[in-house]
Amino acid sequence: MLSAQNLELTFNPGTPIETRALRGLSLEIPDGQFVTVIGSNGAGKSTFLNAVSGDQSVDKGSIHIADEDMTRRPVWDRAHRVARVFQDPMAGTCEDLSIEENMALAHCRGTSRGLSLAVKNEHRALYRERLATLGLGLENRLTDRIGLLSGGQRQAVSLLMAALQPSRILLLDEHTAALDPRTADFVLQLTARIVNESKLTTMMVTHSMRQALDVGERTVMLHQGQVVLDVSGEERSKMDVTDLLHMFEKVRGEKLADDALLLG
Amino acid sequence: MSLFSLLGAVEIGLIFALVALGVYISFRLLRFPDLTVDGSFPLGGAVCAVLISTGTNPWIATLAATAAGALAGMVTGWLNVKLKIMDLLASILMMIALYSVNLRIMGGPNIPLINDPTIFNMLQPESMEDYVFRPLLLLVIVIAAKLLLDWFFATERGLAIRATGSNARMARAQGVNTGGMILLGMAVSNGLVGLAGAMFVQTQGGSDISMGIGTIVIGLAAVIVGESILPSRKIIWATLAVVIGAIVYRFFIAAALNSDFIGLKAQDLNLVTAVLVTIALVIPQLKRKLSRKP
Repeated sequence: MLSAQNLELTFNPGTPIETRALRGLSLEIPDGQFVTVIGSNGAGKSTFLNAVSGDQSVDKGSIHIADEDMTRRPVWDRAHRVARVFQDPMAGTCEDLSIEENMALAHCRGTSRGLSLAVKNEHRALYRERLATLGLGLENRLTDRIGLLSGGQRQAVSLLMAALQPSRILLLDEHTAALDPRTADFVLQLTARIVNESKLTTMMVTHSMRQALDVGERTVMLHQGQVVLDVSGEERSKMDVTDLLHMFEKVRGEKLADDALLLG
Repeated sequence: MSLFSLLGAVEIGLIFALVALGVYISFRLLRFPDLTVDGSFPLGGAVCAVLISTGTNPWIATLAATAAGALAGMVTGWLNVKLKIMDLLASILMMIALYSVNLRIMGGPNIPLINDPTIFNMLQPESMEDYVFRPLLLLVIVIAAKLLLDWFFATERGLAIRATGSNARMARAQGVNTGGMILLGMAVSNGLVGLAGAMFVQTQGGSDISMGIGTIVIGLAAVIVGESILPSRKIIWATLAVVIGAIVYRFFIAAALNSDFIGLKAQDLNLVTAVLVTIALVIPQLKRKLSRKP
């Protein structure tokens, strides 16, 4: 499980462009839960995700994954617990390496890398089998450079790569945002299938309220670096986008009123 | 061109094939513009020459030269990774630092190796001329180095180095300690260059402080010439291309300097190098332009 407690992070502190990205954010995700995270631009979604992955170190607070304190660890030292798919389809794979080499790289995530051959014959069958489930014909192109694939194909392979090794949390950072609507839909279906099959604990950041309610079992809304809405179960299943939008506006309105009071 | 000067060109070409393999690792695989080479080549030479002239076994001297080169590469990597100095600048700092270090190691500007044992005269059979045997032994060493690199970069560790150069953010997300991989890759790269320095002093009759000048340009020229002859992103082809590039490059230099009718002299070497690299860089662009026209 993931446990983030009172995270605080300020960019450019003490300067005119100071931004308080996280303001005491706390969130717990139990094992096996699929959480979607929404919020407006600057709400702290990506910053929070980067804090969990280790790309950003927080000023205050703590991050535990499976009871392991990750707060001060670099990205590579969290990778045995954390799998990640980036927003940019080009970012999640190495374009100079072949499809099988990329998969082998992910297959070693969290293990010590030794001097045995990276792409093992006994693993090729596994890679081929997983790629075949995509229905894109990639199972016959194992030695092709991954740079030859389209963005959607690369994103699909990134998802397979994330599920090759067991992880305690899968982080999806608006991973369908850079794709055309049809491909985005395909990647989203694939996400739901993989998460379901492997019972992955997942946190998906999205800008689409529709997506946030369609997949997963719990939705969290961030605003000004804090969790302002947390719905799951029956309450969530009865919600539609207009309800969510309404709550979103209410939250922003109330916050504005708060600020107005403070300033007044 | 006589057989003697032809074999001489092949001999130097093979030595610089080792440099080119090292430069290929830093520039192409790690994408680390590394000028340490200009210092680690004479460093390997200095260590080897000092050890041989003080009576050490030439094989051990060669091994020590390789280790010295590797250490120099690691220091450059460390300046970049730990002290966050820009890659190119870190390597320039290391390069000039090594100039002083090399003078200290040699205790003077040069060390001659005239009648001292070398790995070449130790193994040379009676019936074979030295100018024939030297390129032969070098060929064996270069092929061994090439095959060893092909294997290494197909291992889990080697793949992690390639991923670090190709997409460091992704590599970290897969649990690769990218800083450590840069240090390791730079060690392998400059270790090869140190080995080349040791080969150079054992074939050319000694070590000299100025022998490193322009090593990086020659290494890079070999890589670029090789890539335009045999373009491939697969490691086994790329390493072969780099070796061929080094030999072809030295061959053209020898041909240019040996043809009386062009009127080139030894002092024109660097100009010829610059022109050759320019041609090698332009050819792929021309090819692309021509292939686009029906």
